[in-house]
Amino acid sequence: MKGSDYISNAQNTWCPGCGNFVIQHTLKDLLAASVPPEEVVIVSGIGCHAKIADYMQTNSFYAIHGRGIPVATGIHLGNPALTVICSAGDGDAYAEGLDHLIFAAKRNVDITVIIHDNRVYGLTTGQYTPTSPAGFAGKSTPGGTQEDPLNPLDLMLASGATFIGRCYSRDKKGMQTVLTQAVQHKGFSFVEVLQVCASFYDAHDCYDEHVYTPEDHDPTNRDAAEQLIREWNYTGPGRIALGVLYTRDAMTFEERMLAGKEGTIDRTGIIRNALSGR
Amino acid sequence: MKDISVCIGGQAGEGINKAGLLLARILSYSGYRIYMYYDYPSLIRGGHNYAVIRGSADERGAVSGSPDIVCALDQETVRRHGGKSAVIFDSDVVKAEGTAIPATTIIGEEKSPPIARNTVLIGAFCRAAGIPPEIMEDAIRHEFGKKADGNIRLALRGYHAGEEVMPIEVSPGNGLPILTGNDAIALGLIRGGLDAYVSYPMTPSSSILHTMATLAEGTPLLVIHPENEIAVITMALGLSYAGKKVAVGTSGGGFCLMNEGVSLAGMAEQPVVIVMAMRPGPSTGMPTYSSQGDLGFVLHAGHGEFPRLVVAPGTVAEAYEWSARILHLAWQFQIPAFILSDKNLGEHPASAAIDLEFPMPVPSAISIPQTYHRYCSTPDGISPFIPPPLKGNVVKVNSYTHDEQGITTEDPDTASVAAVKLIRKGAALEQQMGHFGCVEVEGVIDAPVALVCFGSTAGVCREAGERLGLRVVRVIVLEPFPLAQLGTSLRGVEEIIVVEENATGQLNTLLRTYGYRSSRRIGSVSGRPFGVSELVLRIQEVLQ
Repeated sequence: MKGSDYISNAQNTWCPGCGNFVIQHTLKDLLAASVPPEEVVIVSGIGCHAKIADYMQTNSFYAIHGRGIPVATGIHLGNPALTVICSAGDGDAYAEGLDHLIFAAKRNVDITVIIHDNRVYGLTTGQYTPTSPAGFAGKSTPGGTQEDPLNPLDLMLASGATFIGRCYSRDKKGMQTVLTQAVQHKGFSFVEVLQVCASFYDAHDCYDEHVYTPEDHDPTNRDAAEQLIREWNYTGPGRIALGVLYTRDAMTFEERMLAGKEGTIDRTGIIRNALSGR
Repeated sequence: MKDISVCIGGQAGEGINKAGLLLARILSYSGYRIYMYYDYPSLIRGGHNYAVIRGSADERGAVSGSPDIVCALDQETVRRHGGKSAVIFDSDVVKAEGTAIPATTIIGEEKSPPIARNTVLIGAFCRAAGIPPEIMEDAIRHEFGKKADGNIRLALRGYHAGEEVMPIEVSPGNGLPILTGNDAIALGLIRGGLDAYVSYPMTPSSSILHTMATLAEGTPLLVIHPENEIAVITMALGLSYAGKKVAVGTSGGGFCLMNEGVSLAGMAEQPVVIVMAMRPGPSTGMPTYSSQGDLGFVLHAGHGEFPRLVVAPGTVAEAYEWSARILHLAWQFQIPAFILSDKNLGEHPASAAIDLEFPMPVPSAISIPQTYHRYCSTPDGISPFIPPPLKGNVVKVNSYTHDEQGITTEDPDTASVAAVKLIRKGAALEQQMGHFGCVEVEGVIDAPVALVCFGSTAGVCREAGERLGLRVVRVIVLEPFPLAQLGTSLRGVEEIIVVEENATGQLNTLLRTYGYRSSRRIGSVSGRPFGVSELVLRIQEVLQ
């Protein structure tokens, strides 16, 4: 398949300069090299990121705000042969649906979650999100936010995620490396993409200056991963590490839940057994 | 006529439910059909728990007046239930008139745990009712399995310490299975083709989850308990998308959380069955008691307009049958479909004849198209539903208004077509429901006065109707509303009395929407089911 086969005919309405384009095209290229479109499911929430469900010519479940992850979990439990990629926004995954993100990491669900983190609500025209820097002046916080951002990667490490990566939308090559490994990883893959919202929060200058890809980092070393993840707290200055920051092997939720679940259900047998005790 | 009621009461933690089930089994083996009411507050130890077991020649779905015999493990039981009844009591801890059984002393001598006191009193009950010890022993073997011998010894000691008080007619037999409505819902869903059950525990739906989890062990049936009800329904919709037949279960508070998922199911046309077991609200309400106060909520759950199916079974057998059928219908029409139940149906055991091989319709075959569009428009609004992977095609479902391919649209014409397609599908569903008995008529079927009810008041209304010579019309399918069938059922009726366990008359309001005016309404908000005698009195009051 060609990469272009993975792009649908839907009219694209992302703003010029939006970081979502890079994510979409990176995804298109890596899928074209590995999985036929009918075996991929893109699940998305609500927000600018979520339009990727329309724009990709793959199976898709365009869900609701914050709920992409449980939908993706259900799809992969229902058919583990499908490659399930869940796109989510920072509002989706870190605000409305934070519990689902934590539980997906805890369970080690075998899906890839890509967070399109532009650190602002784009589609609702410019409010702060859980990763907006302290003091962020958005439409709902004209005087600046009165709270600090959270560090989602640190949270994912604590929650048991077995794959944690970070990319930057101006580094397509780096993104391709991380996303390819994420999709191949057996277990829960969490990838945060730092991207900009060209209309409401253009942080290119900051990212261009601070992002770097550490050399000789061993992603299986949890302490080293934690150190890298804590270099930047989403608000002040600090180096922003990119790449695969942490990975480990573990049984997946599907392997645990579906063990011994093959075959067809003997419905009459189950009912007969149940009734014999009643 | 065979009809006996026995009550056993004590504190939470004293095994009252288990004792009630043993009494039910004994009466079942003595040739009776069983209905058991179990009353327990939302606590683990202490308080007052009691069970009333009614044995009758006919199917009964309610308790009548005072119990004939009361087995009291504590003083509170005598105080609350002792009035007109013969009392059997643990004379080591309770003061009463009646049959004194030193149950605490007996279990001490037998070195049995305190919870076994109930077995001693049950032995004394069998003596009081003239039930042969062999029947009692068989029932104990059934209920206790490997632990039966010790319990039989305790029961026999109670038996010999007791006295005959009111011998009942005994015709030994193995009896029908004793099932709760929740058991029946679980079995019905399995019969109907269930692949996965997803639920977060919430009384009174939790026992479906527990039963399902036990039944699923060693089988391909999947049972999942996620982090909350929002995850429950959205995970279920993911499973549904992947081609699994899936149901979820909850009660009012959990259902509040699920509402966005209900709308999503409606728009995405992703089938799911939702068991909504009512308890009194608003908010936490009374977790272990019953209500019919969420009818309006379920009929209107979710936002926007989309077709849904709402079924309220009234008996254990109906719960089985409709749970099987609704799963098929949800998938045929690709809609959210509701089993509206409550604590009184869900948690109260009754003798039930259910058909193991309940015939299920075979889904119509879908020809694999060259180009597949998930939402392709059809005359009846039902698009073919093929889960991925489908070679050379993609399956796109969408929470936004979408075109036939599943791609978001805001184009006015495409949006209108999509909305009208959903409404057309609702009309097709309504037509299909005409093939099923959506309204049940019992009592005196040509009487000019009709009791109209829904759900778990089935048994008590039927019996009250029989006693007073009234027609009893019960609406089983509440949406799409079975207007034509209701019209037939009410032909010749001059007066309608609506009976429902809520304050505002939600069924009454629904009937009025369709042009049926009741003359009187009987409600209850105590959380307890109507007793037959109580309902008869209330009906007599309004008839005067």
